[in-house]
Amino acid sequence: MAEKILVTENVRLYYGEKEALHGINLDYRKYGITALIGPSGSGKSTYLRALNRMHDLTDYVTVTGTFLLNGEDIYAPNMDTVQLRKQIGMVFQQPMPFPFSIYDNVAFGLRTDGVKDKAILDEKVESSLKAAAIWDEVKDDLHKSALSLSGGQQQRISIARALATSPEILLLDEPTSALDPVSANLVENTLIQLREQYTMIIVTHSMSQASRISDRTAFFNQGKLIEVNDTKKMFLNPDQQMTQDYISGRFG
Amino acid sequence: MDEIQEALTKTSKATKKDRFGRSVSLLALILILAVVISIFWFVASKGLATFFKNHVSLWSFLTGTKWAPGQVDAHGKPLVGAAPMIVGSFLVTFLSALIATPFAVGTAVFMTEISPKRGAKILQPVTELLVGIPSVVYGFVGLTVVVPAMRHLFGGSGFGVLAGSMVLFVMILPTVTSMTVDTLRAVPKRYREAALALGATRWQMIYKVILRAATPGILTAIVFGMARAFGEALAVQMVVGNAALMPHNLMSPSATLTSILTQGIGNTVMGSLENNALWSLALILLLMSLVFNLVIRAIGKKGAM
Ligand SMILES: Nc1ncnc2c1ncn2[C@@H]1O[C@H](COP(=O)(O)OP(=O)(O)OP(=O)(O)O)[C@@H](O)[C@H]1O
Ligand SMILES: [Mg+2]
Repeated sequence: MAEKILVTENVRLYYGEKEALHGINLDYRKYGITALIGPSGSGKSTYLRALNRMHDLTDYVTVTGTFLLNGEDIYAPNMDTVQLRKQIGMVFQQPMPFPFSIYDNVAFGLRTDGVKDKAILDEKVESSLKAAAIWDEVKDDLHKSALSLSGGQQQRISIARALATSPEILLLDEPTSALDPVSANLVENTLIQLREQYTMIIVTHSMSQASRISDRTAFFNQGKLIEVNDTKKMFLNPDQQMTQDYISGRFG
Repeated sequence: MDEIQEALTKTSKATKKDRFGRSVSLLALILILAVVISIFWFVASKGLATFFKNHVSLWSFLTGTKWAPGQVDAHGKPLVGAAPMIVGSFLVTFLSALIATPFAVGTAVFMTEISPKRGAKILQPVTELLVGIPSVVYGFVGLTVVVPAMRHLFGGSGFGVLAGSMVLFVMILPTVTSMTVDTLRAVPKRYREAALALGATRWQMIYKVILRAATPGILTAIVFGMARAFGEALAVQMVVGNAALMPHNLMSPSATLTSILTQGIGNTVMGSLENNALWSLALILLLMSLVFNLVIRAIGKKGAM
C-alpha cells in the first residue's frame, strides 16, 4: 500500500454547540487530486479548513478526531501552525492577492520565512509563477500591482503564492467558482499540471471539473462523508444511491 | 385608457418630491459655496492689502524674523517678518504628528488586531470622548501639567515649542487614532486569512499585510491630525510662550501663526498695517489648510489605484 501523506479519522467539528462534521474518515496518498463534492452547507469548506487549522482563528470552534500529516499529529499542542501552513498551503474561492506587486505577493511566504537573498527569491518567484502557468503573462511586469490583473490571473497568482513555500499539500476551496469559464479553464489546466508534484484537495461544485481533473472524489452530505471512490467509478457507477442522485442532479 | 394616459403624462407625486429634494440640496450647496467663497475673498483681500497697500514685500514678509508691525526698521520699512511664526507653526505641527503617529498606530493595532473586544469596550469610548473635549481644557492641562514638567526637566520657563507640541500631540492623538482604527477595520478580513494561510505569524500578518495595505489611510489620518494641529489656536497659545521670536531650540518660547493671530486681532485697528499683517497670517493659515486638503486627496487617489 502506498504511503499515506495525510490521514484524518473520526473528524468532528462543532460551531459552538452545533456539530457540523459528524465523524469523517478520509486519507490521502501522495500526489494527485482529490475532489470534495456535495451540496451547499454539507461541510466541505469546514472540513478543508480543519486540515490547516484555519479554525484556530475562530474561538467558538471545537475540532476533535485524528489528523496525521506524515504520521505527525496536526493538532498536537506543540505543533507550529506557522510551519504547518507552509506545508499545507491554501487557495481561497475569491482570488486574494495582497495590494502589492506581483513579485511581493509571490515572495510573501518566503520573506515571512526569513529568506532575504535576492537570488533565491528571484528564482523561487519565477519557478512558482511558471508552475502556476502565469509566468509568460506577467514576466515583463513583475512589479506591477497584482490588483491590476484579471480575476483568473489573480487566482493563478494566489496559486503561485501558495506554491512558493513548497508545500506538500495544497487545499483549494472552489478556486474557479468566481472566475469566467476561460479563466477557470486556465486554472484547471494549471492544477492538472501540478498533480504530479503535489497532493491537492479541491472543493468544487462543478461535476465536470471534478471529473476532469481529479483522481479521486469524495461526496459529502449534511456533515457526513457518504462515499469516496476513484473519480471514474464515482461518476460511472457509484456505490451509493445518494451519490448517484447527487451527481445526476436529482438534489443539491 | 384615457385615465392611464393622463396618469402617465402627469408628474407623479414621487417625481415632485424628488424635484423638491433636489432643489433643497442644491440651495444648501449654493449657500455653502457662497460662504466659502466669501471667506476666501474676505481673508485674501485683507491679507493681500499688506503687500499692495502697505507695500511690504512678500519676500521680507515670509523671511523676515522681526515681528513688530507698529515699528519701522532703519530704512523706514515696517517690521512684519512672519518667519518666526511660520517656523513655529510648522515645528509644533510636525513634532506633534511625529510623536502622535507611533502611539496612534500602536493603539489602533491593539484595538483592531490584538484585543478587539477590550478595544471596542474601553478604548473606543475613551478616544471618542477625547475627540470631544474642548481645546481650552487641553490648554489648561498643558498649563498646569506640561509646562511645569518641562520646566522641571529642561529648565527655563517651560513655555515653548516642546510644550506646545506635547499639548497638540495629546489633542490630535484621538483623531489620528480613530481614523487609523477605521482604516485598519476597512482592510478586508480575507487578507488576514490569506496571510495566515501562507504561514505568516500574527505579527507578520499585521505589519506586512495589514499596515501595508492601510498605509494610505494611515497617512491620511496623520495629515488630518497635522491640519488640526496647524489650525489649533487656543491650547497652543496657552503654553507656547507667545514670543514672536525665531525658536532656537525646543525650549525657547515662541509663537505660532494662530497664537499671534488670536492674541493680536482684537487689539488692532481695522485697515491699519498692524491689522492687515495679521490678516496675512490668516491667509497663510487658509492656504495651508488648502494644501493639507490637497495632500489628503492626493493620498486618497494614490491609495485607490
Ligand atoms: N463560521 C460558522 N459559524 C457557524 N456555523 C457555520 C460557520 N461556517 C459554516 N457553518 C455551518 O456549517 C455547515 C457547513 O458549512 P460549510 O461552509 O462547510 O459548507 P460547504 O459544504 O462548504 O458549503 P458551500 O458549498 O456552500 O461552500 C453549514 O450548516 C453552515 O451553516
Ligand atoms: Mg464552502
